[in-house]
Amino acid sequence: MSHEGRLLRAVVLAAVGLGLIAPIAFGLWQTGRAAFGTLPALGKDAISLAPWRELAELPGFGTSLRLTLVTGLGSTVLSLVLATGFCAVVHTRMNTTAGARFLAPFLAIPHAAMAVGLAFVLAPSGWIARLVAPLAGWERPPDFASVNDGWGLALLIGLMVKEVPFLLLVILSALSQIPVARHMAAGRALGYGRGVVWVKIIMPQVWPLIRLPVWVVLAYALSVVDMAIILGPSNPPTLAVAVTRWFSDPNPAMILPASAGAILQALIVAMAVALLIMAEAAGKRLGRWWLRRGGRGLSSEPGLWAASTLVMALMLAGVLAMASLVVWSLAWRWSFPQILPESWSLKPWTNAQGGWMRALTNTLLTAGATVALSLALAIAWLEGEDRARRTRAPWAESLIYLPLLVPQIGFLYGLNVGFLQIGLSGGIWAVIWAQVLFVFPYVMIALSDPWRALDARMIRAAAALGAGPTRRLWAVKVPILIRPILTAAAIGVAVSVAQYLPTLFMGAGRVATLTTEAVTLTSGSDRRITGVYASLQAALPFAAYLAAFLVPAILHRNRRALSGKSAT
Amino acid sequence: MSLELDAISISSSTGTALFEPLTLRVPAGSVVTVMGPSGVGKSTLLDAIGGHLVHGFHMSGSVRLNGRDVTRLPAEARRIGLVFQDALLFPHLSVGDNLAFALPADLRGHAPRRAAVEAALSQAGLDGLYARDPATLSGGQRARAALMRTLLADPAALLLDEPFSKLDPELRDDIRAFTFAHVTSRGIPALIVTHDADDAAAAGGPVIALKTKPQRA
Repeated sequence: MSHEGRLLRAVVLAAVGLGLIAPIAFGLWQTGRAAFGTLPALGKDAISLAPWRELAELPGFGTSLRLTLVTGLGSTVLSLVLATGFCAVVHTRMNTTAGARFLAPFLAIPHAAMAVGLAFVLAPSGWIARLVAPLAGWERPPDFASVNDGWGLALLIGLMVKEVPFLLLVILSALSQIPVARHMAAGRALGYGRGVVWVKIIMPQVWPLIRLPVWVVLAYALSVVDMAIILGPSNPPTLAVAVTRWFSDPNPAMILPASAGAILQALIVAMAVALLIMAEAAGKRLGRWWLRRGGRGLSSEPGLWAASTLVMALMLAGVLAMASLVVWSLAWRWSFPQILPESWSLKPWTNAQGGWMRALTNTLLTAGATVALSLALAIAWLEGEDRARRTRAPWAESLIYLPLLVPQIGFLYGLNVGFLQIGLSGGIWAVIWAQVLFVFPYVMIALSDPWRALDARMIRAAAALGAGPTRRLWAVKVPILIRPILTAAAIGVAVSVAQYLPTLFMGAGRVATLTTEAVTLTSGSDRRITGVYASLQAALPFAAYLAAFLVPAILHRNRRALSGKSAT
Repeated sequence: MSLELDAISISSSTGTALFEPLTLRVPAGSVVTVMGPSGVGKSTLLDAIGGHLVHGFHMSGSVRLNGRDVTRLPAEARRIGLVFQDALLFPHLSVGDNLAFALPADLRGHAPRRAAVEAALSQAGLDGLYARDPATLSGGQRARAALMRTLLADPAALLLDEPFSKLDPELRDDIRAFTFAHVTSRGIPALIVTHDADDAAAAGGPVIALKTKPQRA
């Protein structure tokens, strides 16, 4: 192990530890202290359970809790079931590359933009109602709450529209590591039906590979804020939204119960993950018992087809939602039962120009800086592993996932306290730092596998030809891996653009991005302006994905092994 | 000019030695063949000599090249060339640029460097293919280009890791003759690990059998 490798690893470890992990721990600690009554800024320094009592007595607390559990757990379990069923039907016809290309738009679009679009589609005056109107004889939008409904159904659907494509991608890439066709043939030759082989043989192999992403989905669904503001019930809202409101309450004393709520939010996620682990253990025993009985009679074909149909319906809703953003942003006169606007105009764009230009600039600035920092850190980490000729330790792997599992609301308030102390709060740098916490893990996850898939002998060949570590990195690895590097960057852009809470908390409301503006505007009435912001918000990740596809294709146009036909 | 291995022994992360300590001298211009059952650690031995051992393996003993101890040097400073069973041409560079990558930096100036690459291409029967995408070469062309790339770096010794095992049988004799002709004309020591008795016969040098370390119960 070279001296340089050791130095690089030390620098990366320090950056990750002090820059990413320590702030989360500090934020949780500060929030935790406030949750137990210690808030020196308000002159409170005694440990007490009063904030928890206050929290329990806040109006709507119980309903908020129930909504969070129903929408969070419900959307995750349903998404998992549907995605699994869909994969069982389509996996023979869809490989990972084709799947990734088809799913990319659903993954790229920020949650808030998708939520705005779905609100446009599902609302009583939305596209679905307009399609049904001639049949139902509606002259005016029907009088029922199909968005912001009290059960959280719209939120549940919204979460599923985003989660199902993500889980599909994760399952498809797990399936590519398993000899599915041969196991399927072996199972069917033993007299088991397709669906039964899928459940008994294939899924038990898939689960260990998708366990962590499912945890991430679960943690996200339980603690999402922007989508819950746009689609979820407003009074009382889900717990994460309620906690966000309490933190920004004009009465500073509300910080105490809000902190207790934030810690509760973190506990809910921890308990939900624990529940999943226990369910896994129970499922294992039950599955073995079922498997050993050797029953072949159960046919799950109708279930599989139902799952596939529902997945297609969700995807269709997603496509309609994306289209509705653009249509609304260009609509001028659009009265109710009409399917399309009666007159079109660019006025929504030109009238709001000053506002969206400012938000766009801030968004581009934060996305550019966060992605550059995250990419540099990820490449330094992977290169450090190469130079030490080591593989990643399991503890380091879990370190990367940590920011994705701890709910943002759980530590952002406490982190802001820390940022205030060092005078960093309220500026764009604070926002950038906070966003890196969430962008870096995704960039790292996206880049790790392709980086390690690079033939190690290729690098040895370069070394044997006299190329030192620096030349090996810049003249061999980076050019060969330019496609996965740019893909990781595009994913980073999508994650950065989508960030709502970190921008809101760390920017102290002064850093307006497309996302914060879009979320704020949904409570207003002008769908056209909201459409403008949400369209832009969706367009940025699309542009990044497109660039990640085109740049390597042009750069390597005369290199068959790298022009996109092969795995790297 | 010689490559000397002195009591080389490699142990894995569990502490077990892969094979019995190996002492060996490869004189300049000769090719020594190392044979042994698969899994005995032939490729790991070459990794250790070339400086590519991955973390977890521990090596004792020393490697001396032309009297100089290179055991502690990083791979890029050892001047030990590698030939694999795959050509491993860099996919992002043209055939000519792959060769130019290997050319030592102390050969300066665009024209002389280009001329050196063109000469090497010509020796390998690859005239006019400077700008070609390596992915479009035939298997034989690729193998020859890879060997020329290794030789252009002016190695002081050469390690060959089952270099002909992936080639079509009708191509194998051709490439084998081409490789050994170049190695002997360079007058550098070379070490080849292989399964194929034909390789050993063509190499002409001594054949060493790598023996598994007897496992104690």
